Amino acid sequence: MSKPHVIIIGAGFTGVATAHDLALRGFDVTVVERGPIANGTSGRTHGLLHCGGRYCVKDQESAIECIEENTILRKIVPQVIEPNGGLFIGLNDSDVEYAQDWTAGCEACEIPYKQLTPEEVLALEPNINPEVKIAYLAPDGTFDPLRLAMSFAATAKSNGAKFRLYTSVEKLIIDGKGNVTGVEIEDRTTGERGELHADVVVNATGAWAGEIAEMAGADVPVKPTPGVMVAFDQRFTNLVVNRLNKPGDGDIVLPQRRMVVVGTTSFEVEDVDYIPVIEDHVELMLERGAALIPNIRNSKMRGAYMATRPLIGAGSAGRSVARTFKCFDHQESDSIEGFVTITGGKATTLRVMAEKTSDIVCDKLGIDVKCRTAELPLLSYRQFYAQP
Amino acid sequence: MSTKWNITLVVYRQKGGAAPYYDEFKMEVNPDEYVLDAVERVWAFHDRSLCFAHACHHSTCGACGMRVNGVEKLTCITLIREVTSDGGTMKVEPLRNFPVISDLSVDMGSLFTRMDQIGHRSVLPVSEEPAGEKSPVLPQAQEEEYTRLSDCIECGMCISACPVATTTADYLGPAVLAGAYQHGVNGDMSLISMVDNADGVWRCHHAFECNEVCPSFVDPGTKIMDLRKAVIRERFRGLFGSR
Repeated sequence: MSKPHVIIIGAGFTGVATAHDLALRGFDVTVVERGPIANGTSGRTHGLLHCGGRYCVKDQESAIECIEENTILRKIVPQVIEPNGGLFIGLNDSDVEYAQDWTAGCEACEIPYKQLTPEEVLALEPNINPEVKIAYLAPDGTFDPLRLAMSFAATAKSNGAKFRLYTSVEKLIIDGKGNVTGVEIEDRTTGERGELHADVVVNATGAWAGEIAEMAGADVPVKPTPGVMVAFDQRFTNLVVNRLNKPGDGDIVLPQRRMVVVGTTSFEVEDVDYIPVIEDHVELMLERGAALIPNIRNSKMRGAYMATRPLIGAGSAGRSVARTFKCFDHQESDSIEGFVTITGGKATTLRVMAEKTSDIVCDKLGIDVKCRTAELPLLSYRQFYAQP
Repeated sequence: MSTKWNITLVVYRQKGGAAPYYDEFKMEVNPDEYVLDAVERVWAFHDRSLCFAHACHHSTCGACGMRVNGVEKLTCITLIREVTSDGGTMKVEPLRNFPVISDLSVDMGSLFTRMDQIGHRSVLPVSEEPAGEKSPVLPQAQEEEYTRLSDCIECGMCISACPVATTTADYLGPAVLAGAYQHGVNGDMSLISMVDNADGVWRCHHAFECNEVCPSFVDPGTKIMDLRKAVIRERFRGLFGSR
């Protein structure tokens, strides 16, 4: 009996993690990606391995997902993670007042934390703002976005998944009943066109999920919500530094290699293929970053860039939408068979997003195989290219 | 108000087995944008068939190395004003010494395979790759030492710039030899046998082009010299026994 074939559109975080999960469950998997691995939102992620502290007051569902997945990723893919932890620091009375809600939120979500005195925190990280009034340590981390994606892709590949990079999906192939049976593709390295057929097509295109769903006549309520990030050329801390208050613009500074990266802002767009970096936002990142680490003003900007979050749901203000993900079986939502969309979520939760998506694919095909990705260490990211 | 420059972006093109050629795009740019922004706009607004690699857009991933006006640049952190002028030309070509996949994207499989073989550590203790004077290294009263992602981002630019790598694909190349030095040769016979030969540490001709183009503080050429010393020490240790 031949294995069921699943096509995954998109080699961002959800695409590669779903490829890994399904390959491990015995599926024949083909990933179709119009560019290289993680060239969209995923590659341009801030790189914060969330402990959940950012969400534990307003969005506990996300916070719990974050701490669970943070713990798993540290075990299965340590080769791409700076695991050192993060600080949540308060600089004014409003921050100090927020501490009560924050610690209660951490406890509700089972996020481990430890209070540090201002003296202790300055001894630990001498470059943070000496005005610090209150500080907590929690298990944040930093990851390398491309290498995180490559680790999942490498392991998927070793289990037989095929990756068609630089290959765009021109159309979905739809049968007489309106069901999705495959994709029409163009290999952009040669210009050759072709068709691929599958039992299920998974739309894992994040901020672009609405565009692909439209090809099937389905509607996905994804709101592309970009934010700017700025990298500076000094590594001022080993710990992530968060502002201890409600999530806002430029309130996270994270160390990465020899840099710190300050992020981020939040606004909405319609067309996601090219979003220019907005100069005012860059200035704001410098200002907000320097509030946490004053020395940032004495460093040189190394890069400024924009990434587009795929936020889910109706409503208007970007920050109020829950950051949790959604997986749509279009059989249920639009009576279209053979088509699943996964979008929303965040980098830290890529593995569980893939697990839920793979569960739906299994259900649709009546296959009962359990997910094993939470226990299995991933291969070296380099094996993505080292394998033929 | 941001300044605007009019430039000509000249782009290397190659599809399948066909002969390469160059495309020209007249563009209005802000000189304080990055070279990669201009390349991405060609794809977004002018030509969807353009292939190029990129991911992080801030010099942590190493995907977007290209030759810009003949010199290897990490295009996500290279300002347009650094490489051309108003009315000028910006020519982008793929890295050398790797097979071209299409247009500006190359297959760096050989680099990644070798980096795994020589055991370069992608994450290591902060004290082993310190990050400048403003960077705190070791907190007191910390039980476990902090670790961080390595300096080398495996962009392949040192291999592209290396005149020796152009003469033979068997040469391990600057990033890989620097990676071996980072791993440490201390009595590791399989590593020593990989680097102590004519395609390894002794092939380097000291052009130091690798140091010139390295965007990530590795200075591979200097590390190759250090690796030679370490290999010689190992030979002596082999002759006289370790003390």
